[in-house]
Amino acid sequence: MSALVTITIIVPLLAAGLGIVLRNGNPIIRDAATLTGLVAAAAASLGILWSVQADGTQVIRVGGWSPELGIVLVADLFAALVLPVALVIIVIVQLFALGQRRTAWAANPALSGPLLGVLTAGVSMAMLTGDLFTLFVSFELILVSSYVLLTHQGRRGQVRSGMTYVVMNLLASTLFLLGLAFVYAAAGTINMALLAERIPQLDDGVRIGIGAWFFVVFGTKAAVFPLFSWLPDSYPTAPTTITAVFAGLLTKIGIYSMIRFHTLMGMDELGPIMLIAAGITMIIGALGALAQSDVKRILSFHVISQIGYMLMGLALFSAAGIAGSILFVVHHMPVKTVLFLVGGLIENEEGTSSLDRSGGLARRRPLVALLFAIPALSLAGLPPFSGFVAKLSVIRAGIEAAETPIVIAALVAGALTLLSMTKIWLGVFWGRDVDGSSPIPTAPAARRTMEGATALAIVGSLIISLFAGTLFDLSTEAADDLRDPAAYIGPVLDLDQTAAEGVGS
Amino acid sequence: MSIALLVTVGGLTAVGLYLITARSLSRIVFGFSLLGHAAVLSLLTAGGPPGEAPIADQSSPDEIANPIPQALALTAIVISFGLTLFLLALARRQQALSGDDQVEDDLEDRRIAAEDAADGLEEVTE
Repeated sequence: MSALVTITIIVPLLAAGLGIVLRNGNPIIRDAATLTGLVAAAAASLGILWSVQADGTQVIRVGGWSPELGIVLVADLFAALVLPVALVIIVIVQLFALGQRRTAWAANPALSGPLLGVLTAGVSMAMLTGDLFTLFVSFELILVSSYVLLTHQGRRGQVRSGMTYVVMNLLASTLFLLGLAFVYAAAGTINMALLAERIPQLDDGVRIGIGAWFFVVFGTKAAVFPLFSWLPDSYPTAPTTITAVFAGLLTKIGIYSMIRFHTLMGMDELGPIMLIAAGITMIIGALGALAQSDVKRILSFHVISQIGYMLMGLALFSAAGIAGSILFVVHHMPVKTVLFLVGGLIENEEGTSSLDRSGGLARRRPLVALLFAIPALSLAGLPPFSGFVAKLSVIRAGIEAAETPIVIAALVAGALTLLSMTKIWLGVFWGRDVDGSSPIPTAPAARRTMEGATALAIVGSLIISLFAGTLFDLSTEAADDLRDPAAYIGPVLDLDQTAAEGVGS
Repeated sequence: MSIALLVTVGGLTAVGLYLITARSLSRIVFGFSLLGHAAVLSLLTAGGPPGEAPIADQSSPDEIANPIPQALALTAIVISFGLTLFLLALARRQQALSGDDQVEDDLEDRRIAAEDAADGLEEVTE
């Protein structure tokens, strides 16, 4: 077990280092090295899911230190459920990138491969860590690699939007660090299990202040209203594969940390504020998408809108709501990534992602149209796709909690999402061919790799719809664990178990 | 908890926040350096009363300062050092592209501004 957890963090980092050392060498060896690292991490995360599901929460004390002093890694069901989805997506995107690398728009594979490795390590660490400071470090790991991935081509638009992106996220990181100081001053620890014991005993003012502070920190990372302005401008400027990873994973890490922190610390009082933020986020995101005329920009606004749903489930602070949020995160990651990959395919065929300058693609490339239709309908929440199950469970939790306004907002945002998907469909796939569309010259093998990777991700999201029942049960179980802090605290502070699991001691 | 440290943290935060609202990226870099110092100082303040250097076998556990916030602060300093370098590289790139290091307007802002300007023009001609 400890070996599996170590693999998800260390191996992608080693692969990244190897990729950088080999950057001027044979591209096949280099790409094979980074891809192997990513695949190993994804396989290990599936193993973690397997063993957590069988044996319950697993804890590793790195270096054998006690939780007061050292770093603990905690694989509970919530982490074990979300991590494999995230890591498999990174593998698929890297496959797509290997197909795309010969085209002019593509990211430089010598850089993007190793950076994706660093990002993978950060994602694994963020989900498995048991203390707030390691969470901060893994956020930095993810963000630093994302800064470089976003701006490494040095195009004008990338530098312009990259500045907003970096400054906003850097501000959130600084607030995170200040928040850590507050938490340490108030509770004398940064270990989450110990905090879960100590924070509920603090004064209400201090406790809720800490909760609100971290809501702002994680909310900025997750692009929750009104802290989303950095997202829709920066995402569309990056190369497709980079945007696909960002849209699929980064904001979700913010939501993940929020679910983890706010349920564990019992911040139920923040529910009403979160609910209002969730409602505005979904409506603003959907309206913003409707106003755009570029595939990638429409999809970027959808990211914001969907964050609203995930926040809504958490804000209800009921087991059903949190289960809905978890299911929504699991459904959203592959679907959103696929949509951006299809955006990349469209860009490849039309030479642009602008709706005004494309048309008639359904006739010329029916496969691309099919690859778009499935995730688009799923994102809008139509049955029988995974989006329907996810939205249903969140909305049902809202009805159970008798929060009518948020349920109405969720339904309206769903309809608006469908409307903006129709807009892409009409603009890109139907209509007449536009004169002067200039496909980016692509070798057939490269095209097959790109379409194959996209199809693979769609199969993944269809599997999620097929096993929606099992996933719903797992999410409910994970949510029950989250609602009961003792389920987290117990294994972390339990001494006998640690002696067996200590690494390097 | 020392008042002097608290006042310093407050001052650094205020000046840092003021600087990062600027348009010029070089001012923003200074702003983040100051904010980073504020965060590190508040971590140290959170660690409790000052004491001897926490070195094993040389000082007694009763007299040493709390080493954990110091470890956290060191890590934070290293991270903020790297990020400052990245911001400076970004500013340099912006300068190479446009001649200055100003943060430019959001694409959406510019589109709305352009539409407003067009509307204004129509009103004038009517």
